[in-house]
Amino acid sequence: MTTFSLDDMRRIMGGCAGVPESVDLADDIGDVTFVELGYDSLAVLEMAARIQQELGVRIPDDAVDEMKTPQAAVDYVNRRLAA
Amino acid sequence: MAERTAPATRPVVTGIGVAAPNGLGTQAYWSATLDGKSGIGRITRFDSDRYPVRVGGEVSEFDDTEHVPSRLAVQTDHWSHLGLTAADMALRDAALDPAGLAEYEMAVVTASSSGGTEFGQREIEKLWSQGPRFVGVYQSIAWFYAATTGQISIRYGMRGPCGVICTEQAGGLDVVAQARRLLRQDARMVVSGGTDASLCPYGLVAQMSNGLLSTRDDPERAYLPFDADACGYVPGEGGAMLVLETEAAARARDARPYGAIAGYAATFDPRPEPGGEPVSNLRRAVTGALDEARLTPDQVDVVFADAMAVPERDRLEAQAISAVFGPYGVPVTAPKTMTGRLYAGGAALDLATALLAIRDGVIPPTVGVRATAPACDLDLVRTIPRDGPVRTALVLARGHGGFNAAMVVTAT
Repeated sequence: MTTFSLDDMRRIMGGCAGVPESVDLADDIGDVTFVELGYDSLAVLEMAARIQQELGVRIPDDAVDEMKTPQAAVDYVNRRLAA
Repeated sequence: MAERTAPATRPVVTGIGVAAPNGLGTQAYWSATLDGKSGIGRITRFDSDRYPVRVGGEVSEFDDTEHVPSRLAVQTDHWSHLGLTAADMALRDAALDPAGLAEYEMAVVTASSSGGTEFGQREIEKLWSQGPRFVGVYQSIAWFYAATTGQISIRYGMRGPCGVICTEQAGGLDVVAQARRLLRQDARMVVSGGTDASLCPYGLVAQMSNGLLSTRDDPERAYLPFDADACGYVPGEGGAMLVLETEAAARARDARPYGAIAGYAATFDPRPEPGGEPVSNLRRAVTGALDEARLTPDQVDVVFADAMAVPERDRLEAQAISAVFGPYGVPVTAPKTMTGRLYAGGAALDLATALLAIRDGVIPPTVGVRATAPACDLDLVRTIPRDGPVRTALVLARGHGGFNAAMVVTAT
């Protein structure tokens, strides 16, 4: 079964939304909110779009609103993959 | 349209940032320009072999990921990257820390004529080849004309009046005129100027539709304004950003201005009649700008020409200049022969160049032109710079669709 890891999320974040100047994505960022990391709602929407393309899972807009942290996004995606 | 400016609120330029095909950074650009070093060459940003226009001015030293912070780079077009970089240089040059100023007293007004065409092309390619879900969200904010202004505003917290002016090549002067209006109101400082970067297939093909671009392959013979051999202009990317303040504000913080914006006027050309002679109102822009500056033609030390290198347009510009200054009556130059025409960035760069000419007392050359066309009775500064005090410079710009603008800058 395909799973989606925090490292996958880090790669997608940096690849499609860039890396904020004061942030190291390799740090323990799983539970830091996207807002605190320096990613706005548009950036999270872009990450969700890339995840959908890569894994073929559908992520509705209201689910994107609930993804407040990278770990929350990872957990959501894995639930969808397991379903 | 002319406006008077009281001396206390006279706008001065205290910072310059340049991203030009022949130099990234003001000093690199200015040395190259005085040395007659051109940045025009084969277009390499895409495979231009199959296009009729293959020569352009690219800012080749520029690295989008090195010069722009990563988060900002992903959501903006190459044209905004050049603009953000030039704006940062201008602020550093002005030694003005935006964090120390009131956010609503800082304004941003830039010129753009193509918007984010390269970014847009990339997303359109994804739309057509992969489908709508593959189009990135940043397309929604990267392409539009005000994107550079908006991103500069966000980056430095400049929340005063912001805007964009789209008058093609005239935009680089029109924005500085708008900056001047804002300085008369509540703005403490304005970041102004312009860049453009449309050297991608979509952008270039759109530019080619006017039929005025040079299709010559030899970079040294491709762009020859006022020459009998003129064959259209070469497109380029880049431009310049300026920091403007009132003279009083600049003096109060001991800033040393490059020069003052002393006069400006804009006019429009009538729509050409089928089969009729083209009519240019450039002359009225020149006289309007001089009147506003309360200067007579003999007080102007140099004219930075619009220099389209299209024989009829060259003749109209030469006529406008000669009508005001007399035949061979004033030194005329077109350093853009080393960069190509930069669209919204062109006149902004000319304005920056004029201010550097005033600072150093030297007129930069026009390169490539061997002999002026018979209809162009201009004293063109060719090949090498011309020394001499430069206290007052006139910058001319014409934008596609009939925009004319003229701006006078003087030593402070």
